[in-house]
Amino acid sequence: MTPPAASDATRGAASARTTWSRPPIFFTTPAARYAFWFLIAAYLFWSSSTLNIDWVRTAQGLPRAGDMLARMVPPDFSRSGLLIRGVVESVQMAFAASFIGMILAIPLGLAAASNLAPRPVYLAARSLIVLSRTFHEVFIAIFFVKIVGFGPLAGLLTLIVASVSFISKMIAEDIENMNMGQIEAIRATGASFPKLLLYAVQPQVLPRYLGVCIYRLDANIRHSTVVGIVGAGGIGATLSASFKRYDYDFSLAILLTIIALVFIGEIFSTWLRSRLR
Amino acid sequence: MNASHPYPDIWRRFSPRQAIVRTLWMLGVVFIAVWSLGNLDITWIYFLDAHIQAADLLTRMFPPEWGHTGRIIAPMMETIHIATLGTVVTFVIAIPLAFLSARNTTPNWITWFIGRFILVSSRSINTIVWALIFVAIFGPGAMAGIWAIAFRSIGFMGKLIAEAIEEVDEGTVEAIEATGASRLKVLLVGVMPQVLPVIFGTTMYRWDINIRESTVLGFVGAGGIGIELYSSINLFRWPEVSVMVFAILLVVILSEFVSATARQKIT
Repeated sequence: MTPPAASDATRGAASARTTWSRPPIFFTTPAARYAFWFLIAAYLFWSSSTLNIDWVRTAQGLPRAGDMLARMVPPDFSRSGLLIRGVVESVQMAFAASFIGMILAIPLGLAAASNLAPRPVYLAARSLIVLSRTFHEVFIAIFFVKIVGFGPLAGLLTLIVASVSFISKMIAEDIENMNMGQIEAIRATGASFPKLLLYAVQPQVLPRYLGVCIYRLDANIRHSTVVGIVGAGGIGATLSASFKRYDYDFSLAILLTIIALVFIGEIFSTWLRSRLR
Repeated sequence: MNASHPYPDIWRRFSPRQAIVRTLWMLGVVFIAVWSLGNLDITWIYFLDAHIQAADLLTRMFPPEWGHTGRIIAPMMETIHIATLGTVVTFVIAIPLAFLSARNTTPNWITWFIGRFILVSSRSINTIVWALIFVAIFGPGAMAGIWAIAFRSIGFMGKLIAEAIEEVDEGTVEAIEATGASRLKVLLVGVMPQVLPVIFGTTMYRWDINIRESTVLGFVGAGGIGIELYSSINLFRWPEVSVMVFAILLVVILSEFVSATARQKIT
């Protein structure tokens, strides 16, 4: 981190002084450091003064939070039918989207690898990936709700788009980093392009591809619980409705279920990925 | 197979047993996917004219109403402020929490457990769900957005920083301990300089993610461009929507570039 020359210089200086001070890491002159902190302070002042925050309403926040917490406890699991239906729908959306996503991601991933795809195909695939990764899942969900109507289909399509762009980006990076020697060896046998993919690319990329897919399943479970907030199916719609109706004890029940679900998903995904190695 | 070469005539990558196990795994995955897809309450008839609907949406969005640009600058700035201030709040809270959740710096197992528990619950709840909660507490507006961003990011940054602390070079720490330094001094002089690049790196990384997240906070009333976007969509003002889509694209790509450049400089 610190170049040896600098530490030698400070050591020389330290022998003259009795106390040692740590050599700076990022800003080599005090002026740069003070300027950095001054800029941060100026930004904080400027941004918090331009934001229109209702300070009176904010001041009421703490008692309100206490009130909300009091009304949340104990969580109300009595409407478990509604809860279970929502959660199962979320999980089904996540499973189906991950599966379809992992298949659709293969051609896009191959097209986005600069060492396999021709230049125009590569550029087109990359810009498609960048474009769909830019927008948040909930943002994409709104558009699908407008196109196919309310319900799990919109959520499913949203999660598929998010999965395809994520998995194909990872595949492309993996293919670009793979060992080209094997490619040349298989090419030298006169193999066709599909054979090349099967015998040179697939064995090198498959383990990490599966790992990425399992990770994406985990991420899809997380996101499937929120796309419902804009009407795209799953438990999110129920959660959002319970907040709007001040049904806080039911909200807490849903939140605890989501936390449990995400936790199980994470453990499952870690277990599966450790088996893969 | 003959005696001169004891190998099978046809090369196979997997033994029959391996092949069976792999096929079973594949069948299981396909089965789960088909079961999920079949049980979803989907009216497939809507899917049939999806491309027509999509084309219709695109023609409505085009041409964008560029005159709207002036009116979205302020909400866009608010979005960026929410992301940045949320990250600043996270920075302040996540660092002490990371020291609490790292096995080698936490005082005892109870504090370790508390730290880990906060990190896990912070990460389990999505930013938008946090926003729902904070809108109920602080009312609609940027304040709810800032806290929603912060509460989700704490778990993310805390976890990564805690992992970095656990991988710190023990030799340096022991050397500082041997000088008789206090616990705080050991953390500041022995541990902190080693994890500082990770702290700044993850902060920049999370800031980039937060910009993306804060664009949708407005859907639940937590401030930023999302409020304008949602109302324009609900009023079917599609030419305005396309301007906002372009603005979000621009800001997100720009922030990704800034974040990537800063991280490259740090590490």
